[in-house]
Amino acid sequence: MKQALRRALRAALVIVACGAAQAAPKVEDSMAQRVQACTGCHGKEGRAASDGYYPRIAGKPAGYLYNQLLGFQAGHRHYLPMERLIAPLSDAYLREMSDHFSALELPYPAPPPSAATPDVLRRGEMLALRGDAGRRLPACAACHGAALTGVAPAIPGLLGLPRDYLNAQLGAWQTGNRRALAPDCMAQVARALSADDVSAVSHWLAAQALPASARAATSLPQPMPLPCGGVDRPWSR
Amino acid sequence: MKRPLTLTLAFTLALLLLLAAVVVALNLRDEDPVDDALAGPARNDLVARGAYLARAGNCMGCHTARGGEPYAGGRGIDTPFGTVYTSNLTPDDATGIGLWNAGHFWRALHNGRSRDGRLLYPAFPYTNYTRVTREDADALHAYLRTLKPVAQANRPHALRWPYSTQAALAVWRALYFKPARGVDDPAQVPEWNRGAYLVQGLGHCNACHGRRNALGASGSALDLSGGLIPMQNWYAPSLADPHEAGVSAWTQDQVVALMKTGRNQRASVLGPMAEVVGSSTQYLSDVDLRAMAAYLQSLPPTSGKHDPGAGVAAPGTTAYDRGAKLYELHCASCHGERGEGAPGIYPALAGNRAVTMASPANLVRVVVEGGYAPSTAGNPRPYGMPPFGGTLADEDLAQLLSYLRGAWGNRGTAVSAVEVSRLREQR
Repeated sequence: MKQALRRALRAALVIVACGAAQAAPKVEDSMAQRVQACTGCHGKEGRAASDGYYPRIAGKPAGYLYNQLLGFQAGHRHYLPMERLIAPLSDAYLREMSDHFSALELPYPAPPPSAATPDVLRRGEMLALRGDAGRRLPACAACHGAALTGVAPAIPGLLGLPRDYLNAQLGAWQTGNRRALAPDCMAQVARALSADDVSAVSHWLAAQALPASARAATSLPQPMPLPCGGVDRPWSR
Repeated sequence: MKRPLTLTLAFTLALLLLLAAVVVALNLRDEDPVDDALAGPARNDLVARGAYLARAGNCMGCHTARGGEPYAGGRGIDTPFGTVYTSNLTPDDATGIGLWNAGHFWRALHNGRSRDGRLLYPAFPYTNYTRVTREDADALHAYLRTLKPVAQANRPHALRWPYSTQAALAVWRALYFKPARGVDDPAQVPEWNRGAYLVQGLGHCNACHGRRNALGASGSALDLSGGLIPMQNWYAPSLADPHEAGVSAWTQDQVVALMKTGRNQRASVLGPMAEVVGSSTQYLSDVDLRAMAAYLQSLPPTSGKHDPGAGVAAPGTTAYDRGAKLYELHCASCHGERGEGAPGIYPALAGNRAVTMASPANLVRVVVEGGYAPSTAGNPRPYGMPPFGGTLADEDLAQLLSYLRGAWGNRGTAVSAVEVSRLREQR
């Protein structure tokens, strides 16, 4: 009798324990789980959100991502929610987060149809691929790679980004709201662009499909037209 | 009978002079004479001790601008009276404290007076540091002298009149500041006394965890009864109240773990406290953390108004039911169907004091902004909470928070959309 009671009690305990185990959320010990605070805005796996502002971070060069995180901590880049979110994290952990997102090779959606006129798109294409020698404006492709998919480890790709985001960044470079390590080459280029230039180049870039291999190039065929602190010294403050 | 005008004037003038003399005298209390002689390099052990104490006081946290050179100052401390900019503590002769000797430094800590005789604003918490011993002040000074000198001129404060005047500051000090010396309580064990010294002195815990009056004065270094941090909309909970962040019912190990790693089985730190743990307490020795824990655990429990009565959202009400749906959609995958959390990773929300506390300020901030616990040696890769400020409108947040505060046996008052809107406001 006693034994039967004990057995029943034990069975009941096991059931209760199972119930508890089932209710408890399963937490994966992974980076993907740890960076859910990032993907809340930057979209599933960092593929970008649908609202057209939060950029894709999946597949961007790791050194570039890391420099941006350090920049948010140091006040070189400004977006309050981002600044606050990563403020208490160590350099080593930010580096690990950068490596995590950089290593994700995920398909890109097709670009949205462009509302720009053919003239605007032609001008955007010219600035992106050939630059404007008369105004001593280097082409985007001179640094961001012939395919504009970036160059590892520190130069980001320019395709697959929302036009709103591209405009906001070029504007921020122009006003000094966004900065990189000195010499700040991108600030120099952005300041040489007129409002029409910015509009044309963002229209064209946002309308391009990614090439079959969307990975960043490993090197540039020629030296960069301008010295860039963030490229010469990635992984540093 | 009418008194002659000149007599009234003379009387008023004499009274004003007397008052001024009293204010000046009160401002000079317990001040030692200081000469300008500079000493040679300090002993290494003194420097090492000073480096440790600088962590305990988190001097670097305020005296470093974002992205700036450590200890070179320039960080703006927002107050209801304007912005106070921290000063350059590196040993640069022209712009830092290169010409300060140990006597000057002691006078700044103990009396709140700068090398040039000017009164310092209490955003520099000398109301606490006044309790630091002369030995410890000397060690801090010796350490700061070993830093790399940075030539960076101090930025003038941006305070409104009359708070910008030395006279107003002198009156404030006459009313609210009295130099003090940390004296051991003979009735207590040495561990408790050490904890009291750190909490009340360098730790300056009451700068956030104490109440402030309309002129920004905190009651005393002993008051840890909680307060809304000026300008930040974070509520620093009471460290004495078992319904807030009182730790009398915790084990000493749990208190130590929270200060050392930023989390324990029952809680984790976010927001301003993440900065404190990340830059200060994680570096303290176990002996000192145990001492602080012992002191905090001994605080006489206070209890505010905690029975919310009918103010708790209940099943069947719109807020509760809509909140439950939002919880299921956004929160349950990490915090569990029944708010049980994942120990050491995602905090439980059932029975969580940060959820049910009278002030919903922190709950609003955490859900709106998300956050990470600090990277520490004991928890280098914390899990994160996503920000929901962009996803959830004030009304959604009010319903969600009302649900959290009333579900699973929680007893916290419902939150209104107006309250959410006021608390989520970012500068």
